[in-house]
Amino acid sequence: MAETRRVTAGPATYVLRAFVIAYLVLLVAWPVVLVGTNTFENGTTAITEVFSDPDMVHALRLSAVAAVVATAVNTVFGVTISMLLVRKQFPGKRVLSALIDLPLSVSPIVVGLALMLVYGGRNGWLGPTIEGWGLQVVFATPGIVLATAFVSLPLVIREVVPVLHELGTEQEQAAQSLGASGWQTFWRITLPSIKWAVIYGVVLTLARSLGEFGAVKVVSGNVLGETRTATLAVEEKYLNFDQEGAYAVAFLLASVSVLAILVVFVLRARGTRHRAFERQS
Amino acid sequence: MTVALEGRPARSRPSLVNHDLTTASGIGLGVSMLWFSLLVLIPLTAVMVTASSGGWGEFWRSITNEQTAAAIRLTVTAAAAVTLANIVTGTAIAWVLVRDRFPGKGLLELVIDIPFALPTIVAGLVLVSLYGNDSPLGLHLANTEWSIYLAFLFVTLPFVVRMVQPVLEELDLEVEEAAASLGASRATIFRRVVLPSLAPAIAAGAALSFARAVGEYGSLVLLSGNLPFESEVTSVRILSAIENDNRAAATSIAAVLLVISLLVIVALDVLQRRVARRG
Repeated sequence: MAETRRVTAGPATYVLRAFVIAYLVLLVAWPVVLVGTNTFENGTTAITEVFSDPDMVHALRLSAVAAVVATAVNTVFGVTISMLLVRKQFPGKRVLSALIDLPLSVSPIVVGLALMLVYGGRNGWLGPTIEGWGLQVVFATPGIVLATAFVSLPLVIREVVPVLHELGTEQEQAAQSLGASGWQTFWRITLPSIKWAVIYGVVLTLARSLGEFGAVKVVSGNVLGETRTATLAVEEKYLNFDQEGAYAVAFLLASVSVLAILVVFVLRARGTRHRAFERQS
Repeated sequence: MTVALEGRPARSRPSLVNHDLTTASGIGLGVSMLWFSLLVLIPLTAVMVTASSGGWGEFWRSITNEQTAAAIRLTVTAAAAVTLANIVTGTAIAWVLVRDRFPGKGLLELVIDIPFALPTIVAGLVLVSLYGNDSPLGLHLANTEWSIYLAFLFVTLPFVVRMVQPVLEELDLEVEEAAASLGASRATIFRRVVLPSLAPAIAAGAALSFARAVGEYGSLVLLSGNLPFESEVTSVRILSAIENDNRAAATSIAAVLLVISLLVIVALDVLQRRVARRG
């Protein structure tokens, strides 16, 4: 990332370096690579089997739909809340700013339980009313979307808020003094400047949403071919001694996450270069 | 939604009016708050309300149930131990990423973020493949208490690193050089100069890591075996209460976790103000 400042390398540097590399290889890199090798033990048959099973295709599609809807909602919500938190004053702002982070630290099982208590069709707080309108939330796709949106809620905000702070208001004020409306200022000035932070947040949200497991397990009902998502299918396959199938689906999910990290990594490197350039000029 | 919607912007003297919302941003705030309430606040309130509806006695009986108490004890102990470990390893990793230079360092950057983006169930499967019964290392940690520590270490890896790294990058090297020129040893410089500036970031990362570990579920499903009194964590207890339709027990245990999350959020808010990332 930033240029390395210390060049003098004593023995402590090498010990520390070796420790960090060994730790990361044993904890993350090696296990992740094993999933790949386990998947392709018998060539590509495991993967092709997943795609030829209509229930698995349904599970993958359900995961993708829930992730895309949750990400879209969280992006609009995230950018709006970030703008309000950084640019506006209103009562309760500090409390809101703290509460926004709450979904990151709540157990996914608690998330599922909380959604059941409110949207459960039998005795939830709002569930029976909403079902009266003909919309089933829990044990159906809307519940899966809600659970997914809950757990990934703060990710866009956490990326956009620091960038908005750093950006300052000079350009926005200039635009407004030249007669631009609030909307025009947002679309033409603010949004292009926070573009990369938003994309970065969207990629993280998408990766996190696609992989949600605990909360979805509670609210989905886990019905094969109906409300079973890809992550639930991994558990189901593994527990039913279909290890190859479990590894294959896990490999697909892991590939998407690694791809997401790569995208973010490239974007972040680009952002750092951009900022370093601005500092120089 | 305590905000009154007023069309009149009060830009010049925000101190006299307690908000500066225009009509559009007022509506934006209203809609956002409605969504946030429906999605997060009302459901979490429902947990607390349902937990307290049976009275204190019922709540206390639920969480002091022998098996539940053992699960809570194991979860909190393991989360605390892993958080302490992360404070050391996370700071060390951040240090190496910022101050050291060697080929392949970029790859380590990628590896750090994998636990964050990897689905938790896949994380569990991944760990089973190296530390399960077919372990190529001969380490059979699956279905033991140690599997909990392993899974927690995996899922909480990025938190301290990613909080400390940016602060370390911004740190002024001149102060350290001055200390060195005055004869301070490397250890002294780290303890007296570097560590105090990193402390709030380390603490914030530790808080996030503790909260994440206490509520962890997905990565343990395939790894821990969920043996009562040995490798069963709090989330698993809540799930079995839900599956047995024991709403009182489920919400009581969930309330304990929720209180821990809230405490962490308060701690984070205080700490992040010190790290100055959100105004």
